[in-house]
Amino acid sequence: MAVQTTSTVTTPKLSKSNFKDQHGYDSEEMVVQLKGLNVHYGDFHAVSDVNFDVPKNRITSLIGPSGCGKSTVLRCINRMNDLVPSARVEGSILYFGQEILAPKVDPVEVRRRIGMVFQKPNPFPKSIYDNVAWGARINGFKGNMNEHVERCLRQAALWEEVKDKLKASGMALSGGQQQRLCIARALAINPDVILLDEPASALDPISTLKIEELLRELEANYTIIIVTHNMQQAARVSDKTVFFSLNERRQGILVETGPTEKIFTNPDDRRTEDYITGRFG
Amino acid sequence: MSVHAEADKATPVATKSSVRWEPRISARRTVGAIWQGIFLGATAMAIVLLGMLLWSIIQPGWSWLSWHLITDMPSRNAENAGFNSGIWGSVWIVIGSAVFSFFVGVGTAIYLEEYAPRNRYTRFLQTNISNLAGVPSVVYGLLGLVFFVQWLNLGRSISAGALTMGLLILPVVVISSQEAIRSVPLGLRQAAYGLGATKWQTVRSHVLPSAMPGILTGMILSMSRAIGETAPLIVVGASSLVLTRPDSPLSSFTAMPVQIFNWSARPQQEFEHLAAAAILVLLIVLLSMNALAILLRQKLSNKNRM
Repeated sequence: MAVQTTSTVTTPKLSKSNFKDQHGYDSEEMVVQLKGLNVHYGDFHAVSDVNFDVPKNRITSLIGPSGCGKSTVLRCINRMNDLVPSARVEGSILYFGQEILAPKVDPVEVRRRIGMVFQKPNPFPKSIYDNVAWGARINGFKGNMNEHVERCLRQAALWEEVKDKLKASGMALSGGQQQRLCIARALAINPDVILLDEPASALDPISTLKIEELLRELEANYTIIIVTHNMQQAARVSDKTVFFSLNERRQGILVETGPTEKIFTNPDDRRTEDYITGRFG
Repeated sequence: MSVHAEADKATPVATKSSVRWEPRISARRTVGAIWQGIFLGATAMAIVLLGMLLWSIIQPGWSWLSWHLITDMPSRNAENAGFNSGIWGSVWIVIGSAVFSFFVGVGTAIYLEEYAPRNRYTRFLQTNISNLAGVPSVVYGLLGLVFFVQWLNLGRSISAGALTMGLLILPVVVISSQEAIRSVPLGLRQAAYGLGATKWQTVRSHVLPSAMPGILTGMILSMSRAIGETAPLIVVGASSLVLTRPDSPLSSFTAMPVQIFNWSARPQQEFEHLAAAAILVLLIVLLSMNALAILLRQKLSNKNRM
């Protein structure tokens, strides 16, 4: 497994178009590849035959109407669906070419590589410092913890706001700050991929904007997959868009995937166009 | 607005119908007031009964309350009889049963909530634990007599009494701990698992600290029960006359409620007063133990809220 070093190196941020000109999609390294993914909850076939690739150090957004299984798909990528007793996942998810869904793969190892930020900010009822440090500590971080916590909080654009109150409770922060704390917490385990499940849906517009700017910053060092209900957010923030919908049996299906610009300006599928222009349903 | 007006014309469902309404607000308020009165009455009855109970103990017992009741050993003579051995016996039994039921009970609760597969064996186990909570305490006494006193050869000792009492309160400890563990938000577990925590790391660092105030509430209630129970101790073999403090786990023992039971059964008037005074001491010990546990819980939950 390629272990990425997410050091303090700040690569100069290239403009989006610039970045794409240099690396066409074809030549990119794919970090995560989903092949024929099917998810069942008990008797209910929730997600049917999903295939897409996630390019390295890019933001990929998963969009689609409620109940189309985009969060379910996201949660397969770090084996969080293992925690749902009735869930059954079939197909293949490759992470740098290695099968994640194989029974012999330890989900603990997967989640340490593929971090996650949830819809509702859920900091631990501990201090800001411990919120960030805990994940590193349990995963055997042996470096200087104070520096590590500071670096993660800086990366999550939260350091300036909390540097004087690291011992204060993470629960005492505002919703937007809590979510950035959760992002810092996810960064602290040094993952390659970060999954975000509607990270801004519980936040006000200003906090949302901050999160989006932050994701743009993180893109240089991390591969990001974000589920969002917000079309503008997907258009603003992501490089690649995956559009899900429901078929006539209420199963989540993948309709179309491609560069965000194309999906939002010139989609191939009629259903994508209807959804994006608000004519869905 | 114009859009709404058009919609009203188009769909008759949305128009106001001409049905007459009878709000009868004052009648509804009266009904509400009557129910409030009934609930107040129920509360008042509970308080009055409790007050009467307390008075019936304080009235005969107050003048008999003295230091020598606490410091002295039982005596044939009511004037200088105390129940020091009973106090110590009760303290050791409560501590012993609390330690036993805390580790076994919380361990069981963690297993059932976090580890056990959700199948019919687990459900069967669960049902039986709930049933055990309803078994009469004398039955636990018999179990203790056979299992601890005879099979494990502990004799009629204080450890047999403590373990029997521990078994008695175990189902309640298990059930209340399960409730507390179940009420830990899912988001907290997901956050921990999402960082690559193992199940034990998640339980140890997040689930247990969050559940601890609830677990301790169950422990407080159980310990209050353990300190007042008499029947199982009599069955297991609490002696009626013990003139020494328990000094080892195998000492013979008596306990406060057993001593009270013995005194109240005596024909002499004086011993009845003595029993009433002893009940007051029992209540004081019980309330101070509860206060201590509540303080501890408060401290833990403050720490956890941060």
